[in-house]
Amino acid sequence: MNDQKPSLSFQDIILTLHRFWARQGCVILQPYDMEMGAGTFHPATTLRALGPKPWAAAYVQPSRRPSDGRYGENPNRLQHFYQYQVIVKPSPADAQDLLLASYREIGLDPLLHDFRFVEDDWESPTLGAWGLGWEVWCDGMEVGQFTYFQQVGGIAVDVPSFEMTYGLERLAMYVQGVENVFSLRFNDAAGQHAVTYGDIFLRAEREYSAHNFEAADTDMLIRHFADAEVECAALVSRGLAQPAYDYCIKASHLFNLLDARGVISVSERASYIGRVRALAKACAEVWVAGETVAETV
Amino acid sequence: MAEFFLELFSEEIPARMQAGAAAELERLLKTHLMPLNPQNVRTWYGPRRIAIAADILSQTLPFEENIRGPRVGAPEGAIKGFLTKNNTSSDDLVERDGFYCLRRLVPSIPAHGIISHPFTVEVWKLAWPKSMRWGQSGRFTWVRPLRRVACVLSPADGEFVMDVGFPVGPIMNTCSSEGHRFMAPGVFGVRNAAQWEAELEQRFVIASAERRRRLIEDGLINAAASKDLTIVLDSDLIEEVTGLVEWPVCLLGTIEPRQMELPPEVRELSMKVNQRYFATRDASGRPAPYFAFVSNIEASDGGATIIAGNERVLRARLADAEHFWKTDRQYPLEYYLERLKLVTFHAKIGTQFERALRIECLAREIAERLGVKTADIENAAKAGLLCKADLVTGMVGEFPELQGIIGGYYAGDNPVGEAIRAHYQPKGPIDSVPRGNVACAVALADKIDTLREFFRIGERPTGSGDPYALRRMALGIIRIILENELRLELIPLVGPDAFEFIIERMRVKLRAEGRRFDVLNAVFYAFPDDDLTRIVKRAEALSTFLASPFATTLVGGYRRASNILRIEEEKDGPHQGDVNADLLVEEAEFTLNEQLDLISSTIQVWLDQEEFVMTMINLSNLWQPVDAFFKDVTVNADDPALRRNRLRLLAKLRDIMHRVADFSKLEG
Repeated sequence: MNDQKPSLSFQDIILTLHRFWARQGCVILQPYDMEMGAGTFHPATTLRALGPKPWAAAYVQPSRRPSDGRYGENPNRLQHFYQYQVIVKPSPADAQDLLLASYREIGLDPLLHDFRFVEDDWESPTLGAWGLGWEVWCDGMEVGQFTYFQQVGGIAVDVPSFEMTYGLERLAMYVQGVENVFSLRFNDAAGQHAVTYGDIFLRAEREYSAHNFEAADTDMLIRHFADAEVECAALVSRGLAQPAYDYCIKASHLFNLLDARGVISVSERASYIGRVRALAKACAEVWVAGETVAETV
Repeated sequence: MAEFFLELFSEEIPARMQAGAAAELERLLKTHLMPLNPQNVRTWYGPRRIAIAADILSQTLPFEENIRGPRVGAPEGAIKGFLTKNNTSSDDLVERDGFYCLRRLVPSIPAHGIISHPFTVEVWKLAWPKSMRWGQSGRFTWVRPLRRVACVLSPADGEFVMDVGFPVGPIMNTCSSEGHRFMAPGVFGVRNAAQWEAELEQRFVIASAERRRRLIEDGLINAAASKDLTIVLDSDLIEEVTGLVEWPVCLLGTIEPRQMELPPEVRELSMKVNQRYFATRDASGRPAPYFAFVSNIEASDGGATIIAGNERVLRARLADAEHFWKTDRQYPLEYYLERLKLVTFHAKIGTQFERALRIECLAREIAERLGVKTADIENAAKAGLLCKADLVTGMVGEFPELQGIIGGYYAGDNPVGEAIRAHYQPKGPIDSVPRGNVACAVALADKIDTLREFFRIGERPTGSGDPYALRRMALGIIRIILENELRLELIPLVGPDAFEFIIERMRVKLRAEGRRFDVLNAVFYAFPDDDLTRIVKRAEALSTFLASPFATTLVGGYRRASNILRIEEEKDGPHQGDVNADLLVEEAEFTLNEQLDLISSTIQVWLDQEEFVMTMINLSNLWQPVDAFFKDVTVNADDPALRRNRLRLLAKLRDIMHRVADFSKLEG
């Protein structure tokens, strides 16, 4: 924007946020190695938000929303994008100030911009989770989502966490002043190694949009969903919380793909969501039980 | 006297909850500080704070308390219980009128005592629509984390007192506050309401919601005037924005010219709902390519960055709408009908496609019954079939609030498009109804179908719930018919059960409008009818009649006649049958009988022509003979034949009046 310094590249925004949240005592984790719809699904958030133990983590999570694909033709919509996710438990008293400080670090000066906290009650029906918080607005644009977790996996949290999700592409577009996500500067290299977001992801967006909307084998997806559901339940019964939760994540993504393929009717939709929520709840219960045992050992 | 002041400073409170919380705080204060006689109560609310001030007594007035206890001679346990409950001993009891009485002097309590308990304790429990816990809150909940409490008592003749009130939840009273988050960070001490409000203003916070609202309204108008524009002053939006900013700065941004080609509803809905922007109009009242908005900061560059940012956001928002506007219209609306087959309306009712077919059929039938010309019957049927097709378009997927309006655009500028556009109307009590027979037929068909289908599957509204908004549907049907004076017999269209439901809603509506719903009952019971326009015409004529001076006498006579008949019929009734003219001995009864015969035939002529006002005028002519009859004639004559004949005369009067209305249903 009109700021003096040259704006940060996409990767420098990530690195800046990593350094900032590391200074606040967060462990810097790597993305979870499974397909998921949002950074909240990462066990570092979902499972660690439960139980009494303090926890602070930050990480980038590739997020897949199959039905948001636009074949790379929409300048603002992607079926694969990056979220920067922060979770701090218990929520610190200065969470809002920390967040604003992080925006300052990536080049958004709150005396030059109009920062706002606009009501947004967050809810994830598939995770059986909800919290209260805000969308963080900068000049009318949502640059993040701030939530105080109240319930996860159907269980009221022992200690409320603060969760911050930055939509990295949108934030970067704002910082760099570009109107098309594919023209984002990914790095600051000169010459042949200068890379844009489109250089890396445009072809993938086209291909995955075709996959999500046209090609994905729905019979196979339905089968895999059923398999994941059975496996999750089996692992829950053996008390293996995180492996079980992996299958819950898988089921959730398979549902999203089926939804994008348009083969789920309105009434079936509610039932699929209910099935995933039941898995999430079972995983959360097993996880909490393990945490409490560990506490007493 | 002293001034009490309390500010609850928190992280951003949702705009829609602020005024309610301030009102609740006022209620708590008036209830729990009542012994301190609070006067001049003032409240403030905004995104980060709710505050209240009142002038109160420095201490409560001492008074003598009298509490009646158990009866003298009551069991020991009862007396003991009474003493324990009132924290006293038997020394304080006196006997009066056979009861033990506790009479004691309640000493004066200093104000801060009452403030700490019960007031602060009640503030803890302040009810928010949704509340939460946070890292440091323990079990205490608030709408968002509560960060600071300032609770002060400043006597008129002394310094303010610090130690009033308990902590609110985990937050201690520090008698301090904060100004604007960015323009004046930091803490300041609070001594009283005036100092707090003045100091906030220096720190870029307008504490008074009312002042912010006026500043916003004036600021928006001025910003628009700089380009010779006017603002579409949406009062709900102004109210919301008042709750989103502490230091309102009104700015004007431009809309991409290309995006001015979108339907204004699409553009302005996105502006309002997603962005809280205000639309503007040019000198001729047409949508202008500018939007006005309210920021919360006086930015160091005069707002240039903020305006540029907001313009970019709107461009991106509208880019999606443009995409749908382009792609949706590649096909005619009929194309989308196919896709309605995939969408369930309700599991027990069927798909949206089946619904479309039913609405088509109903719209045709209603148009036929309304007697419109053939081309319009076809237009109504077509609009009925297509009115739900936009539900599966991209645009309505993105902006569900625009269902109907988008279908209207896609159908084109013709009667079908107009009818689709208006078919959800009226959406609420203040929304207007569709005009014109085609639009009315489609709007009625949509609502009647919903009502009929949900009644069919047994989903009727209950006292506590109306998940399918069937009451609103019924009210919509009533308003469309009455406000367009449509003549439509409803029972063949909706069935008897749903019709009864509609009539019940009509009663509720009339009552809400402060009209006499007993009048509706009176005409409805006299003449069961399913033509709402005719029912209301009758009721209105009856109301007008009831307001006339003759009515009192005539209705009085009617009541007397009915009472006599009721009593006498219990003895040896029924007293029905022809009046024997030979047995009419008094002049008054002879005249009444003659008048009844005359009026009976005239009112029938007017009733047949549905001239209800004329019917009433003729009926009112009876007041004099009725009055004379009761003055001069003894009904219960000694001669049984005369008595029987007179009772029959009264029954004749009652029956003729019942042809117009059941006057026994009138109240008072």
